Amino acid sequence: MATAATHQTARTLAQDGQDGQDGTQADVDDTAAYERAFDAAVAADERVEPRDWMPDAYRATLVRQIAQHAHSEIIGMQPEANWITRAPSLRRKAILMAKVQDEAGHGLYLYSAAETLGTGREELLDKLHTGRQKYSSIFNYPTLTWADVGAIGWLVDGAAITNQVPLCRCSYGPYARAMVRICKEESFHQRQGYELLLALSRGTPEQHAMAQDAVDRWWWPSLMMFGPPDDESAHSAQSMAWKIKRHSNDELRQRFVDICVPQAESLGLTLPDPDLRWNEEREHHDFGPIDWTEFWDVLKGNGPCNEQRITQRRRAHDEGAWVREAASAYAAKHSASGAGRGVEQA
Amino acid sequence: MTNTDWPLWEVFVRSRRGLSHTHAGSLHAPDAEFALRNARDLYTRRGEGVSIWVVPSSAITASSPDEKDPFFEPSADKPYRHPTFYEIPEGVKHL
Repeated sequence: MATAATHQTARTLAQDGQDGQDGTQADVDDTAAYERAFDAAVAADERVEPRDWMPDAYRATLVRQIAQHAHSEIIGMQPEANWITRAPSLRRKAILMAKVQDEAGHGLYLYSAAETLGTGREELLDKLHTGRQKYSSIFNYPTLTWADVGAIGWLVDGAAITNQVPLCRCSYGPYARAMVRICKEESFHQRQGYELLLALSRGTPEQHAMAQDAVDRWWWPSLMMFGPPDDESAHSAQSMAWKIKRHSNDELRQRFVDICVPQAESLGLTLPDPDLRWNEEREHHDFGPIDWTEFWDVLKGNGPCNEQRITQRRRAHDEGAWVREAASAYAAKHSASGAGRGVEQA
Repeated sequence: MTNTDWPLWEVFVRSRRGLSHTHAGSLHAPDAEFALRNARDLYTRRGEGVSIWVVPSSAITASSPDEKDPFFEPSADKPYRHPTFYEIPEGVKHL
């Protein structure tokens, strides 16, 4: 539970642990005992909860990962929102609005999870706005046609689900619980995208070509979403030891490729990889080399839309300031007449 | 002014009549009314609830973080509080 008192206790405990480093022998012994209890709990597959003692590095790793994840959800609203006004039917428009609203909700679940670790949403948003924290590089690609909305649902959300399902068993309780909720909702996202692409693929030759073009552009960036290869992934080994992460980047990427190949066939579309073929021996699909230069380049800020995404995010935040201020002023004005005015008490 | 000033609220949702409210998560809001509306948008977009409680997080008093601490010990050494503690001859029914 993310109570303020909870945060205080968690921080106090963590600080007690730190103080141990230059404190008395008793403090050092306490830290060692806390550490043993933590390691044992993780080893026994128990969940770590906000008020438990945890190593500083575990806390920092979680904040970094959850923040990046939360930022990705809210930045991810932009490429899709780009098409709301031009959705081809009222049905598609309503679906797309519901999906974009979900992404905002996912961002909030995750900012709440980060908050249980003692890091508030304001601080994280500030780090996003000033470029000190990142979001998934996939959202730095543009949505050029309506078919891109379908490709994002099928491939980008599909890759996200493959990544996120194992996170439902993450060792940190609040993150795992947020992921359970998110995964349930992502399933709708992926299916609406697939249905959208299917409609285009079975449509006119122009519509079919548009769907194929979208898949051609989104396939490789989607594979990059799983992160660098295992031997180049900086945080992977430690995260797996802490059971924050349950499978390696390459393992999840392979799983995703194997899932997508038959789905693409059912769509009547091809995946843009001449090396893609079933490997009888491995019982997996082999696939061609990924252009990691592009990945690192986009991550560094040189993707087609990096600048635009952050500018838009800052503008939305700044332009929403008056709403937040008005809500605060309204609350302050009415606090005298009692909290929960006009609301049924439990 | 930023929403840093907005207090944290815990959200409890009753999924259907006959069940108790269960903790769903938390959110920030300037007052109870906003907390309730935001909770509806955030935690019940798919008919997950028929009733919502929002409680200021600061109003919650929690037990110690260590779930194995002496606070819960009194219940651990009283196995006779469980029905399985008692030996009943085979064949005795409705007991």
